Amino acid sequence: MSDSALAADTKPWRSAAARPFISIRNITKRFDDVTAVDDVSLDIYQGELFCLLGGSGCGKSTLLRMMAGFETPTAGQILIDGQDMAGVPADKRPTNMMFQSYALFPHMSVEKNVAYGLLREGKSRAEAYGRVAEMLKLVKLEAQARRKPHQLSGGQRQRVALARALVKQPKLLLLDEPLGALDKKLREETQFELIRIQETLGVTFIVVTHDQDEAMTLATRIGVMNEGVIRQIGEPREIYESPNSRYVADFIGSVNLFEGQVADTAAPIAVETGDLGVMQAQGSDGSVTAGQTVWLALRPERIALSRAEPAAKPGLNVLPGVVEDVAYMGHMSHFRVRLANGRMLRVTMSNRLHDEDPITWDEAVFASWAASAMRVLVE
Amino acid sequence: MARGWFLPLAVTLGLAFLYAPILSLVVFSFNESRLVTVWGGFSTRWYGELLEDAQILGSAWISLKVAFFSACLATIIGTLGAFVLVRFHRFWGRMLLVAMLTAPLVMPEVITGLSLLLMFVASETFLNSHPLTSGLFPGRGVVTIVIAHTTFCAAFVAVIAQSRLRDMDQSLEEAARDLGAGPVRVFFDITLPVIAPALVSGWLLAFTLSLDDLVIASFVSGPGASTLPMVIFSKVRLGVSPDVNALATIMIAIVAVAVIAAGLLMRRSARQRTS
Repeated sequence: MSDSALAADTKPWRSAAARPFISIRNITKRFDDVTAVDDVSLDIYQGELFCLLGGSGCGKSTLLRMMAGFETPTAGQILIDGQDMAGVPADKRPTNMMFQSYALFPHMSVEKNVAYGLLREGKSRAEAYGRVAEMLKLVKLEAQARRKPHQLSGGQRQRVALARALVKQPKLLLLDEPLGALDKKLREETQFELIRIQETLGVTFIVVTHDQDEAMTLATRIGVMNEGVIRQIGEPREIYESPNSRYVADFIGSVNLFEGQVADTAAPIAVETGDLGVMQAQGSDGSVTAGQTVWLALRPERIALSRAEPAAKPGLNVLPGVVEDVAYMGHMSHFRVRLANGRMLRVTMSNRLHDEDPITWDEAVFASWAASAMRVLVE
Repeated sequence: MARGWFLPLAVTLGLAFLYAPILSLVVFSFNESRLVTVWGGFSTRWYGELLEDAQILGSAWISLKVAFFSACLATIIGTLGAFVLVRFHRFWGRMLLVAMLTAPLVMPEVITGLSLLLMFVASETFLNSHPLTSGLFPGRGVVTIVIAHTTFCAAFVAVIAQSRLRDMDQSLEEAARDLGAGPVRVFFDITLPVIAPALVSGWLLAFTLSLDDLVIASFVSGPGASTLPMVIFSKVRLGVSPDVNALATIMIAIVAVAVIAAGLLMRRSARQRTS
């Protein structure tokens, strides 16, 4: 299989010809005078696991609830599989939702909870309970079928909620903070379980989360939301490596930002940062003009610290500094290095060798990084 | 420590203050003597006499009927009112409905009774003034007492149902909608079973309130439809007789069972919610 065919098959968003499965067109939602979602447009493709990532109150849940039919958009259009969802009530939509609180019916057993949707669809009891048994097997809850929700652990409840939402084989599954109520260890296990189930069934998932690790692990693509607007849409790697703005760079992972003016637009772009001198950074051609104010984004793990000054090379940025703080995390160490102008540089280095003489407090060091490690941001 | 004797003493005095009169009534209901204040030995004689008193048995039956029907009606009306108030945040006349639904809680019974009586008299005159509707008014009696009791019991049910509906996770209803149930189906499949314990305790409370009521029933009742409290009251006016003690003891037992059952149900549902 050629590379482009593979891309079209598993990454349809890379191909201009692919038809989106869900189209959100200029959706706006206002509550009184608060604009929760502001003119959002978004295409999601069949079989995707799309994450809407953002802090609380960024509008991600409202967007999800509009897709489910619990909120009516103030303006705009939602198309699912080519069908306009305007005026279609929640119970008639080809979507199912998994709620943050799980919303399991407390007076029904696990089995009845999962069967509820199928029976409303008019399936016979025999067929419904056959499907329920299959679904409970998929989420490994066969043994708990007759229990009531309050007799289950948090992780089991989460799986019942997932089974109940999936049993109707929706075209689109909406998950509102699906792992939010689980503790850290269980959450990590469940992430991979969720991916396994999604791949087994091939259902399109849209996940709302505030947890960037979760989004990075789960998603085929991430939409970063802030104040009702999607700031960037991209694959996890793209979002992390090539953020399009200071907001996204700072929101995903940690970052060092430098402000400066473009001195030379030929690659690598040279940026005059004032008291830290000229820095070299990668940037696409023609994206900046000379004299423009830009910001340089540098991930802490792309920086190397050394006691000896590295040999000067074209495209290598070197700055001297003093180690102010070291946090030893086991697999890696975080450093805070005070630069000549007094500002702190965040550096992360993995602890690969166990017998090395580690850099420690108050040492004079040189921080160095390649121009390609630095991104030029214009907003 | 002051706690050593003060707390038990306070509890004992408090309980005595509340329950000593009731206890003495229960004790004297087993009194052999015809004189209410003189102890003449243990006997269940007055309970036996009570069972042969047709007037008391008849009025007890009326009271039970009235309590049953008004509790049922109050539960339906109170639940619907609570549902509308909790689930629909904005509609015309919302404040008016809030006020009207809770007014019977704070209104003196005399006023409630009087206003209901005036309404019944007025509607009787109105219905009889037109040949088509003439004779439709059932006359003052069991029906009017049931209507009157329903109005004030519905307020209590509404308060209980409202607090339960507010506590209920609204995403339960959304989840049912999402799984393909229409709004009416959701109400009967999800909302009603979830708030059922609160409704049962609301029903029991309404039943007891209706059974207890003397003032409103006296206003709206007609000849031949005396409730048990009305009969007791009229008997007591001619002097307290020991069979009234026996009757009161039975009523206390019924009310106590109902109230305790309501309390237990509320507690159980509260536990289920938190677990």
